[in-house]
Amino acid sequence: MTKNLRVKSSEYIDETNRISFKFNGKTYHGFKGDTLASALLANDVHLVGRSFKYHRPRGIMTSGSEEPNAIVQVNPGTNRTEPNVRATEVEIYEGLEASSQNCWPSVEFDIGGINNFLSPFFPAGFYYKTFMWPASFWEKYEFFIRHSAGLGKSPTTTDPDIYDHRNVHCDVLVVGAGISGIMAAKNAAKNNFKTLLVEEKNELGGSTIYENNEFNKIDNKAPSEWLKKEIEELKNIKNLEIKTRTSVAAYHQYNYLLARENLTDHLEAKDKTNKIRQRLLKIRAKKVILATGALERPLIFNNNDRPGIMLSSAIKKYSEFYGVACGSKNVFFTNNDSAYESAISLYNKGINVEAIIDIREQSESKIVKKVKEAGIKIYWSHSIVDTTGYKRLNSISIMKLSNDGTSVTGSKISISCDCLGVAGGWTPAVHLYTQSGSKLKFDEEKKVFLPNHNTSEQISVGSCGGDFKIDEIIKNLNQKLKDTLNINETDLDSIKVEIDQENSKRNIWLLPSDKPIGKTKPFVDYQNDATAKDIKLALREGFRSIEHVKRYTTTGMGTDQGKLGNMHALGIIADTAGVKMGELGTTTFRPPYTPLTFGTIVGRNVGKFFDVFRRTPMNDWHVENKAEFENVGQWKRAWYYPINGETMHQAVQRESKAARESAGILDASTLGKIDIQGSDASEFLNRVYTNAWSKLAIGKCRYGLMLNEDGMVYDDGVTTRLGENHYIMTTTTGGAANVLGKLEDYLQTEWPELDVYLTSVTDHYATTSLCGPNSKKILKKIIPDLDLSDENFPHMSFKESKIGNIQCRIMRISFTGEHSYEINVQASYGKDLWQKCIEAGKEFNITPYGTETMHLLRAEKGFIIVGQDTDGTMTPIDLQMDWIVSKKKYDFIGKRSLYRSDTMREDRKQLVGLLTDDPNIVLEEGAQIVSELNQSPVEMLGHVTSSYFSPNLKKSIALAVVRGGKDMMGKKLFVPMENKNINVTVANPVFYDEKNERLNA
Amino acid sequence: MFLINCPYCGERDQQEFKAGGEAHIERPKQPTELSDDEWAEYLFMRKNIKGVQFERWNHAHGCRKWFNMVRDTSNDEIKAIYKMGEKPPSQ
Repeated sequence: MTKNLRVKSSEYIDETNRISFKFNGKTYHGFKGDTLASALLANDVHLVGRSFKYHRPRGIMTSGSEEPNAIVQVNPGTNRTEPNVRATEVEIYEGLEASSQNCWPSVEFDIGGINNFLSPFFPAGFYYKTFMWPASFWEKYEFFIRHSAGLGKSPTTTDPDIYDHRNVHCDVLVVGAGISGIMAAKNAAKNNFKTLLVEEKNELGGSTIYENNEFNKIDNKAPSEWLKKEIEELKNIKNLEIKTRTSVAAYHQYNYLLARENLTDHLEAKDKTNKIRQRLLKIRAKKVILATGALERPLIFNNNDRPGIMLSSAIKKYSEFYGVACGSKNVFFTNNDSAYESAISLYNKGINVEAIIDIREQSESKIVKKVKEAGIKIYWSHSIVDTTGYKRLNSISIMKLSNDGTSVTGSKISISCDCLGVAGGWTPAVHLYTQSGSKLKFDEEKKVFLPNHNTSEQISVGSCGGDFKIDEIIKNLNQKLKDTLNINETDLDSIKVEIDQENSKRNIWLLPSDKPIGKTKPFVDYQNDATAKDIKLALREGFRSIEHVKRYTTTGMGTDQGKLGNMHALGIIADTAGVKMGELGTTTFRPPYTPLTFGTIVGRNVGKFFDVFRRTPMNDWHVENKAEFENVGQWKRAWYYPINGETMHQAVQRESKAARESAGILDASTLGKIDIQGSDASEFLNRVYTNAWSKLAIGKCRYGLMLNEDGMVYDDGVTTRLGENHYIMTTTTGGAANVLGKLEDYLQTEWPELDVYLTSVTDHYATTSLCGPNSKKILKKIIPDLDLSDENFPHMSFKESKIGNIQCRIMRISFTGEHSYEINVQASYGKDLWQKCIEAGKEFNITPYGTETMHLLRAEKGFIIVGQDTDGTMTPIDLQMDWIVSKKKYDFIGKRSLYRSDTMREDRKQLVGLLTDDPNIVLEEGAQIVSELNQSPVEMLGHVTSSYFSPNLKKSIALAVVRGGKDMMGKKLFVPMENKNINVTVANPVFYDEKNERLNA
Repeated sequence: MFLINCPYCGERDQQEFKAGGEAHIERPKQPTELSDDEWAEYLFMRKNIKGVQFERWNHAHGCRKWFNMVRDTSNDEIKAIYKMGEKPPSQ
């Protein structure tokens, strides 16, 4: 039977708008404005989950994003399901479903709860200590550990929602819309700063908006009334943009922040469709004002984790803001005055407050007096030593605290209750502050870490800056705004503030019990079940660094990142080890502040936008003709063109034969093209290529090899001299951008005196390569006027011509060893040219071929592919390409390195050809090569870099790099494979047409 | 994510830039005159300072210009940016 604990109509809850939702399969009702947590509490549901390790029943602890316990699976079993969502952040809507996590079969009866009774056997580091031996058993252990680990369930179907990214620029970014954030944003905007105010909740005002302490006044009004008027005024201010439901996840250097704007999570399913669900804001702010507030700390005592035990401030918010009482018999446990405000809030609504347990000796503030007048029993200098109630708190036991606070004395008093509010003081939320690289300092008096040294233009105002009382907040905020915005007056100058002076606090990180620590369960990290006992054990075992203790005990490693318990962990370590907290430092706060969905992180970059593809102008033709594609760099290149169900091998064999016997056509548009102009262009080429360029005549082409400064082959390609001071360089497809970058680097930094200009024209030209003995006849049909005789247009030369009215550049160059032409036209004519060639070539059975056939044909000729036959450790000498390295040139990039002792070694790996003894066996690329089979360990001589079955030679051919291979011609070697050893012979890498007769065929 | 003030374009996001290693290492004018050790010094030896470091950067997805940056690697503060060929600012 459920009770209704709704106590009054709150202005933030719309009681006319009743909403039904399901939790663990049962239907409940709440109102518009409720969070899942407030709606469940109103229905007297406290038990919402089970803890990670011991599966202890857990309830709602907080009212915000710091919630460690009440994490739920939202909309389970649907494609919109999301695990590990904090019930305190879920706004309810009609049809919402949620379920508990980490329990089986149900949260009420959880088999894993047995771990709680076995807990003496699960100390810190249990897994590290237990599953180490025998090492070979790890796989078996892992199966069970993985099975029982993890909290929620990831969705298994495609996410139906749209996510977005947006760049945002502003003068002032204000994070957090409590009283400080609102006043900061208002004054910044009024002074003509373009201001953005972001708030993680759906309403503005922070905790001041429901502030009920009658002894605090701003301009003679209750702070909540005063602030509501200020918020009303924000609507009329120009230059101010306000984003609610927007949580800053990360604060990087140079005031670059990432925030998640939540747009549809609070809407019913029917209203979510076709809308952007979440948007990642990438914010660049000139100045950042952090007003992230403070988080209330719990107190650490025995069995402090039962459902019904909550933060005192959360009880106040549920009562004042949501109009919900969290219990009918309430007790508070505190070390400061804030619990008294919560008690008065309940008292004013007629809800029973049994007692306040205060570890202080006394307090004389007005609010305390009011509690006394209300007749609420206060136990001064007392501490809770134990609690009872498995699924819901039902009693606490208290004892008198000794003067030094380390032990308890006297007799035990038991108090029956169903809700306990704990108030352990306030911790400034400095997470974002430290993410920015700024440094903290420990304040011994306030017992908190405070901002100390800013690394960018930023300020921390309000309680995240260490000001907890309204008078301090207003005074310091005013001064900080004037300093940082460089203004003389603000709205805050004339504000009058009265406050109830709090006079005492008493900080004890770990409260004593009448039992020894080993017999208690004082939880520090609720989500990961790390207790004070575990922390002390870690210290006894020799851990000293806070970062090590954190990882060993898993304190602060849950989805809540230890927002509640980290300070206690530090305090307990400091007390136990006898060091100062300031010296201990904190663990690193890393982004994100609260978890982000993967959808938000990737935004629109899904599906076909996952990666950028480049396609050639002829791409449509390749698609229409059923080409298979391969990725080369970012290009989609035609790989082979299977017909009638051919396999890749069959298609490549057919294409290769056709290209040698009659005519083949290849789309070579992807090759990098760099236009080089300037009076020093020839000198520049001399310096970047290994061979000489000064004497290349206009209209001639030359193959060039480019090295890195370390002497290793970097790129290759043909460069054509178009004019006296004009060249066009081709690069490999994948290397184009890097080559251009490298050339620019040398031009700008080493040789700025050279008059040379580089322009990438890769995308501007489409290139069709015609190859084979009939290529000349085909070209003749397309350009009848051009004299194609060997005298006028010999191999390695260039002609400018026209196809109809279209200007074209034709190079007679060859990567296949056949008579061939590369025709370049403006990219937009690329497909027309291609189709024209196909048409003209029909009578010669012109055959389109892809990259695989191109690789095979060049391998028959022993031409290298940079990146396949080289790997950044091959010099031109290693490639047996000494012929291309100029001996006469004084210098070129990499020249000096060719004379280093290491590069001159005779036993470097060198490029050779390999022929298998059985011509039908094709070697695997990457296979290892050895000379001895019976030696152990066997010495690896090298590996196969390219391997094909050549249809033109009717045998298997391969290129390989072999240690000292240059002098091994004819030597028998072995390629040991899994089931057999393949016998091979070292051969000349040029397998086909060694005399290059076919170039002029 | 740095905000880098390209000397040719103005302030731009770091993702437009590429880092290019230590600055002010001049390519020897006469490499052939150098011993293996001297050449190796130029080729391989780079500092990796925790603190103020002189670096080369390239506005790769912008004007493609190279420039120099003085950066404190311990806190990523960019202390100065100047064009290629200009003298580094004195400390």
